[in-house]
Amino acid sequence: MDKLLATVLSAPLSQILQQHPICRDFFLNLRILDINWDLPLMQALDLVDGEAISEFGLDKEMILRDFCDFLKTFGKKAEDSLAIKSVTILGGHGKTGAGEIQEFTVSIGEIVSIVGPTGSGKSRLLADIECLADGDTPTGRTILIDGRKLSDAERFDVEGRLIAQLSQNMNFVMDLTVREFLEMHAGSRLSMNVGKTIERCFACANELAGEKFTMETRVTQLSGGQSRALMIADTAYMSTSPIVLIDEIENAGIDRRQAIAILARKEKIVFISTHDPLLALSADKRIVISNGGISRILLTSDEEKSCLDSIEKLDATIFCLRNSLRSGHEITREILKGQEP
Amino acid sequence: MKLITFAGPPSSGKTSVILKLVEAMNIASGEIGAVKFDCLTSFDNLRYQEAGIPVVTGFSGKLCPDHFFVSNIESAVEWGIKSGFKILVTESAGLCNRCSPYITGILSICVIDNLSGVNTPRKIGPMLKMADIVVVTKGDIVSQAEREVFAFNIRQVNTAARIFFINGITGQGAPMLARHLQGAREIEGLRDMKLRFTTPAAVCSYCTGEIRIGEQYQMGTMKKMEFKLPSHG
Repeated sequence: MDKLLATVLSAPLSQILQQHPICRDFFLNLRILDINWDLPLMQALDLVDGEAISEFGLDKEMILRDFCDFLKTFGKKAEDSLAIKSVTILGGHGKTGAGEIQEFTVSIGEIVSIVGPTGSGKSRLLADIECLADGDTPTGRTILIDGRKLSDAERFDVEGRLIAQLSQNMNFVMDLTVREFLEMHAGSRLSMNVGKTIERCFACANELAGEKFTMETRVTQLSGGQSRALMIADTAYMSTSPIVLIDEIENAGIDRRQAIAILARKEKIVFISTHDPLLALSADKRIVISNGGISRILLTSDEEKSCLDSIEKLDATIFCLRNSLRSGHEITREILKGQEP
Repeated sequence: MKLITFAGPPSSGKTSVILKLVEAMNIASGEIGAVKFDCLTSFDNLRYQEAGIPVVTGFSGKLCPDHFFVSNIESAVEWGIKSGFKILVTESAGLCNRCSPYITGILSICVIDNLSGVNTPRKIGPMLKMADIVVVTKGDIVSQAEREVFAFNIRQVNTAARIFFINGITGQGAPMLARHLQGAREIEGLRDMKLRFTTPAAVCSYCTGEIRIGEQYQMGTMKKMEFKLPSHG
């Protein structure tokens, strides 16, 4: 007999609960609110209202099977994070059918920005990466993971766990406090060190956000910048997806350079579609898109890197100007020179 | 002919997903047909017609949609075969969180959307639990974290299903599922096949038109709630 089944049949539920706290949800999902945790599953089920169970179309044997499947599924997901080393884009064609760059590989820890006019195909490239294109999208591109094409079965298996996404259009729709939100996400990750991870994530989000917020702020009440900051921190600290796709997060009033640095430190591969010089030059490489195709790949030069500090000052000046206007001050030459009013 | 059944709460994006899948399947017009099981009214037939897909719409009206589904699905399949389709898709709106219009051995797909709330997967019941494939829509407008928690909650209820994220507007994600659908089983009819789960039971006086409230008017299958008075302490 399978070892897991043997355990479930003999061990008291409380012992299984200790190892897999998530199994409490299994019973909640079946509306079994009071079960005797001191008994093994089958004995405990004997004391549960049979009619309630039958409303779910189940009997004791089926619950036993489902419970084992549940433990197998969540016992496994807890440990396996998808470790990958690189992503390769095999070129397809642009909008007119003209070819593009043939092959481009990005390794873990690298940040790549994607630049090009509006409508040129930046989001299309992100979409190709997201669905691990296999010559089956309008661009004909193919995406390789660790240098090889994933089989259909593998593509189905990853179920989007390979890729985390962040875009200007994304919002929080749950009405929870920041703390509840982070706890819930950590819970779904089956993280063991929930408290610590949440604290770190919260501190990071606050560092990135211009205006501070508390653990008790509701996520739906966060400003655009604050929610972007929370999403970035959450992606960095909670999400195990090794590839991060970011579509246009500029103007969010957050420390973008630092945001990018945090994601890179977390050993992720980051693609950012952007018009923002600060973001574009914070990346190691940048993909230039024109007319639907990848026309060039540039390495961020030393000269460009040396410009970053000045760009950041310009950015801060614009930020100051905006803040002065917002708080009803008059604009002065001093602010333009980068001095606080 | 291949039969693929879709179910999902109203406005979760079933029709949009189906149309995007058909597009991605690159199938000739006349080779695919659709049957829409709805309740009172529907405008989706126009969308199928625009896409050049023959469609029959049925309205369950005062009947339970699942009862309506199971009593018409065999004829739907006959219609599909006589029309010479290679693929027939059916679409049912699950309304009462007890719906489960799925047949054993027939590819069953549940469509739910990310906006419906992260705990919704845990409440939907058989429609989600019994599906082979779960398609999640509207993921482009909620945070990554909410998408992850949502998928986790689907997994809690249905450990075996494959989960696909599809954008019903852009069709992002559809090609991969479309490819998977090519593997659906060929059938020649549904005679003696079985539903995966019983339909909601209901043969009570209200089913047959009773509208008066009161114990004396209640007959047949009834279920009573228990109301305990709050304890004053």
